[in-house]
Amino acid sequence: MESMAIADRLRAEFPGEILQSYSNQGQTAVIVRPDRIVDMLRWLRDSDDLRMNHLRSLCGVDNARRKDPGLSRFEVVYNLYSIPLRHEIRLRAEVGEKDPVIDSVVGLWAGADWLERETYDLMGIRFNGHPNLQRVLLPEDWVGHPLRKDYPLKGKEEWAGMTELLDKIKHLDTFGFDPEGHAHGQAIQNQEEDE
Amino acid sequence: MTSPIKQTLEVPVADGEGERYSLRMGPQHPATHGVLRVDLELDGETIIECTPQVGYLHRGFEKLAENRTYAQALILTDRLDYIAAMANNVGYCLAVEKLLGISVPLRAQYIRTVVCEMSRLCSHLLWLATHALDIGAMTVFLYCFREREILLDLFEELCGARLTFSYPRIGGVRQDVTAYFIDELQRFLDIFPSKVEEYETLIDTNRIWLKRTVGVGKLSGEEALALGLTGACLRGSGVDYDIRKHQPYDAYNQVEFEVPLGSDGDIYARYRCRMEEMHQSVRIIQQCIDQLPPGPIIGPDAPDLVMPNKVPARIEAGTNAYGTGLIRLVRDRNPYLTGDVYVATEVPKGELGFYFVSDGNNRPYRMHIRSPSFIHIGALAAIAKGELIADLIANIGSLDVVLGESDR
Repeated sequence: MESMAIADRLRAEFPGEILQSYSNQGQTAVIVRPDRIVDMLRWLRDSDDLRMNHLRSLCGVDNARRKDPGLSRFEVVYNLYSIPLRHEIRLRAEVGEKDPVIDSVVGLWAGADWLERETYDLMGIRFNGHPNLQRVLLPEDWVGHPLRKDYPLKGKEEWAGMTELLDKIKHLDTFGFDPEGHAHGQAIQNQEEDE
Repeated sequence: MTSPIKQTLEVPVADGEGERYSLRMGPQHPATHGVLRVDLELDGETIIECTPQVGYLHRGFEKLAENRTYAQALILTDRLDYIAAMANNVGYCLAVEKLLGISVPLRAQYIRTVVCEMSRLCSHLLWLATHALDIGAMTVFLYCFREREILLDLFEELCGARLTFSYPRIGGVRQDVTAYFIDELQRFLDIFPSKVEEYETLIDTNRIWLKRTVGVGKLSGEEALALGLTGACLRGSGVDYDIRKHQPYDAYNQVEFEVPLGSDGDIYARYRCRMEEMHQSVRIIQQCIDQLPPGPIIGPDAPDLVMPNKVPARIEAGTNAYGTGLIRLVRDRNPYLTGDVYVATEVPKGELGFYFVSDGNNRPYRMHIRSPSFIHIGALAAIAKGELIADLIANIGSLDVVLGESDR
């Protein structure tokens, strides 16, 4: 099916949910409200003439510095593909600025588990009904969500876990290791000279 | 008279009665193919709970790319799947070309297809070597590395690098292929199919290999699809999904090849799929170098980077037309198109997708990498649950993950 036709079908099925649909470089995207995202994705997956059975990617976008007007701060982007029918569509769900939250789609695709965890980890968007919404790439005690536009590229402080680790190394060094950590070769050389 | 050797071993079955214990596998474990940590809850040898932990190699590529120009961000993709860096480069370039509406000359498309398939061979050889080594077949390891060495030498001849190439570029490729390269590649193609058969004679009907792989790590097509598996892991379960056929890019619609499918969805089916893919890759490369059209290797509207066609013998800094070195950066290309695209390519591990958002600047506003390894490791918990710990090793190998790509 033509991807624009899919967008029209979606608009007919969920009239109040679609904010805008557009086509870019031959790819069609639909901007939607977040409230009924699970219903929409289930309908796209299970309809006989659509059968979007492959969730290609799921990610968050921070629109804080984007020039287009009227976009909400955060959005969650779903790329869907139908393996039997070979068509694709992109859904962009607007999730607002303060406390961005959207329903989890783990019930539809088990593989969305880690994708949603990653989005939470790096972008700070929470997913309702996710079985285990924890950080996946960054340490559990990391502060902030790096892919947000207001997160600096280079920070000033060391991560708390790193300082802990360095302290631990210093403590271990009191048991006879060199505090600089690179002098083992030196020690062997001195030994040889002594001989 | 000796008593007959017992033929079947009794596998300890988890009955919930035994004492549970937890085991931390990795991150420094040879069978986890990098820095993957798996936290296991065990009852005897049966896995009750399996929790993969990633992130040890997280370098923040998505954030870094937002602060670099499109041409500069290309080198980050080398460090994703460092076993098949060429395929990652091509995937990135295709996405940026689609985003910015840049055309690629036909010759460059053919060269890219050749290098993509060469990196597929590289990756599959390394996968077979380490996967067999994990299960206990040592010999295959050395044979695979022998052939992989030839491919790496060819890459070196092509662009000077053996691991991180950055050879494809947005709008084409960096340098043209030489006649020597084509000759050597032809020689490799002539011998390689017999080498694949050699590996097959070593393990294909090997009794230990079959016991370790047949019926282990079984996934139905629906399960594999729901978990988001792609590549040979999905095709081993019988789902016909190969982006080279579904949404052909570069010269893939100009060449004939078949997509091998399995039916059982176990480790052996995935193994057979990848072995067959190697034969198909040889077919693709052969057709590409036979049909290789003449012409330019870089499109007229390629951004940012201009390479000199003729490298002077000695470059004085700042005194020649090439600026301070071989590469002159052109910053005045405009306007960049705005919008967003998602472009997926079939890399050796599965579907590598790039989701780009452009706001008209010369840097990507947002770059999301859909890396197959990340999703495959996410699926490991579901696959390994209830199986034996020894089969976990076989499962990790069979999913063919590389942690550089998973952690980004």
